[in-house]
Amino acid sequence: MRAVRGADFSLAAGEVHALVGENGAGKSTLMHIAAGLVPPDAGTVHVDGREVRLHSPRAARDLGIGMVHQHFTSVAGLTVAENLALAAGRLDGWTAGGVGTRLMEGLPPHALASGLSVAQRQRLEILKALATGARVLLLDEPTALLTPVEVEALHDLIREFVKSGGAVALITHKLREVLGTSDRVTVLRRGIVTLRGMTAEQTEQSLAQAMIGVEGVASSEEGSGEQRAPFAALGVTVEIGVIELRPGDLVGIAAVEGNGHRELLRAIARLEQFPGVRVTGTVALVPEDRTAEGLIGELSLAENLVLGLGADPRWARRARLDWNAARRRTAELIEAFEIVAPGPDAPAGTLSGGNQQKLLLARALETRPSVLVMENPTRGLDVRTTEEMHRRLRATATSGVTVIIHSTDLDEVLALANRVLVVHRRGVREAPRGADRQAVGEMMLGVQPVNGEP
Amino acid sequence: MSGPAARALLTGTIALLTGFAVLAMGLAAAGYDPVLALGALWRGAFGSWYALTSATLVRSIPLIILGLGLALGFRAGVFNIGAEGQFYAGAIAATWVGLQVTGWPAFAAVGAVWLAALVAGTLWIVVPVLLKARFGVLEVISTLLLNFVAEATVSYAVTGPLMEAKRIYPQSDPIAATARLPVLPGSRLHLGILVALVLATLFWWLFTRTAWGFRLRAVGLGPRAAEVSGRISSGRVVAVALLCSGALAGLGGGVEITGVTYTLFQNLSPGYGFTAIAVALLARNHPVGVIFTGLLFGALEAGAQGMQREAGVPAVAVQVTEAVIILVIVLAEVLVRRAGTLRASEPAADER
Repeated sequence: MRAVRGADFSLAAGEVHALVGENGAGKSTLMHIAAGLVPPDAGTVHVDGREVRLHSPRAARDLGIGMVHQHFTSVAGLTVAENLALAAGRLDGWTAGGVGTRLMEGLPPHALASGLSVAQRQRLEILKALATGARVLLLDEPTALLTPVEVEALHDLIREFVKSGGAVALITHKLREVLGTSDRVTVLRRGIVTLRGMTAEQTEQSLAQAMIGVEGVASSEEGSGEQRAPFAALGVTVEIGVIELRPGDLVGIAAVEGNGHRELLRAIARLEQFPGVRVTGTVALVPEDRTAEGLIGELSLAENLVLGLGADPRWARRARLDWNAARRRTAELIEAFEIVAPGPDAPAGTLSGGNQQKLLLARALETRPSVLVMENPTRGLDVRTTEEMHRRLRATATSGVTVIIHSTDLDEVLALANRVLVVHRRGVREAPRGADRQAVGEMMLGVQPVNGEP
Repeated sequence: MSGPAARALLTGTIALLTGFAVLAMGLAAAGYDPVLALGALWRGAFGSWYALTSATLVRSIPLIILGLGLALGFRAGVFNIGAEGQFYAGAIAATWVGLQVTGWPAFAAVGAVWLAALVAGTLWIVVPVLLKARFGVLEVISTLLLNFVAEATVSYAVTGPLMEAKRIYPQSDPIAATARLPVLPGSRLHLGILVALVLATLFWWLFTRTAWGFRLRAVGLGPRAAEVSGRISSGRVVAVALLCSGALAGLGGGVEITGVTYTLFQNLSPGYGFTAIAVALLARNHPVGVIFTGLLFGALEAGAQGMQREAGVPAVAVQVTEAVIILVIVLAEVLVRRAGTLRASEPAADER
């Protein structure tokens, strides 16, 4: 898999360079290359005009590049001072200077890292990068978990750090943050740079356009609502607040990661709670993580079928299970869904991703659901299997099932769905029929103020 | 079905041969005559009708019963290391009830004693189950530590409330005659062997033919998939599995009291609860396999006694052999799995 293709990124002393993009656009991969965590397949990294080989995080550190990850990397059982000494590689401790002194304010050196608040931990992470002698900071979504006041404080610190000659690469998908703090901006989309320029010349709209892309306007020749009519009278299967979903709807859910769409899908599948969600009838879920949540690799195909349909009267006889019946049905499904497998007794873990996904869909439909929920239905599948999966999802909706999918790929949502719901900050809104990817993208980012929401 | 079974048999045989080869070399290096010593080992285990029934089979009974209970837990992915303690809890309860049932019909007396042992074994694991469910305390640690509590409780019982009436030795009085199991004439082999075989059959049916057995396996192999796709509460399955394995270990203690010793004393178990871990693992948690591995370890321990008597080789030498056998099996298991994943990744590669 290639996450980044021919994308280049430069950073000068004294500037904040924002790197923006949807999830999976390749932002983190690019930064990981700069931090020496991932070796590039092609291309070079230059520091101070010289080509360098960053084969390890240590090599990057020695050149003054420090990465601050989204997740915390401090040792929970050590104090702030001990964590800093550890990062600096000096047992006698490390004293902050410059920006560091301000970062140390409100960070008691003898407090245990495990007892710090989220904002304090964030500061500790940055201090640790400074303790390694970093002149270049790569910040991976540093404000994702902070409150507005803490975000303000962090932005001040970033400005101060670059004023003293440092350089900061800021990964984010908050457009206001980009406009408010950065000097330059680069937008990535599917590993390709779609916009590069001075921040002062950009607007939220121009950034959103570059993030979502403008070339592929909603292509919904097949996905539009013509065939829905016969089911309209059948009633509502899913309610989300005022939004009513009916049999035959093929619903696409669009959202930027972390806005609650996952919780929404799982609430529809009756695994979690989400405000305003009401479901009638049976729900089948095809989880995104096929091998951790969908299938058990060591179990056979037939056993995995029974895993999802434990109470099916075809094989469940009170406490007993009729494995021959399950095996026969599995063989039929292998045939019907064109699953490439040696047979019903083959371990599910030996199947390729596409065939695992077909098995999961077959099992989900075998429950005769009124609602089918699918997370990233074609992740990791080749073109042919992707098309087949789309065809089957459309056919399922046409047969009177409410099909609800989420895809990280907005194009897939738009191509497949005849109704699009957007989740932003745990609020669900329906995109107007025929909305193009730009309009949906702006809804995803919350650009257009709705109900006073920024 | 034949593929994995054949592979298990092959690795088992290789492990066995390796274990004995190491034992023979060790014996030679330590100055013993390996031929004489191994001959004594064989005679101690299988050399006579008496050796087979009264030494090997009698030792296999608790190993099989405890091994079945542990296999049940291992299938659900939980590691009860406390079978030794649950065995003792069962033995204490069995002795106490066994002393009360004088004059009862044999059927009722034995039933009451076994039931008490079963309940005691279950209760002994209740605390680890609750700690795991409520606070996520590892059952490996909590069950292991309760072994020491159980052993101390036995010491207290046989010097205090359950001490014999004569008050000379730290042991209990023998249980009522009606609560003692019938033995095969001319040997010490008791009815417990049937219990072990019936339980193994029952477990085979449970594991392979019932929804309950399937849920155990699903939770053991993929707890998240079991919850999300199977809508199985893995916490509940795990708790029930632990309770069942405790119950079986307790029953094992009851069978030992009613079939072999009739009295309670310290060191009643020569480590059955620990050897049973190997019995279950070696059998890959398969109930029929547990019968055979139980017999194997029963024979090894019986043979160890023979070797000590006849050739003067300390019985510990056999424990080294047991350890080597287990290590070889585990190693073979890892190698087979690695080969399996290599093969599994190939079809996935061609689609991409």
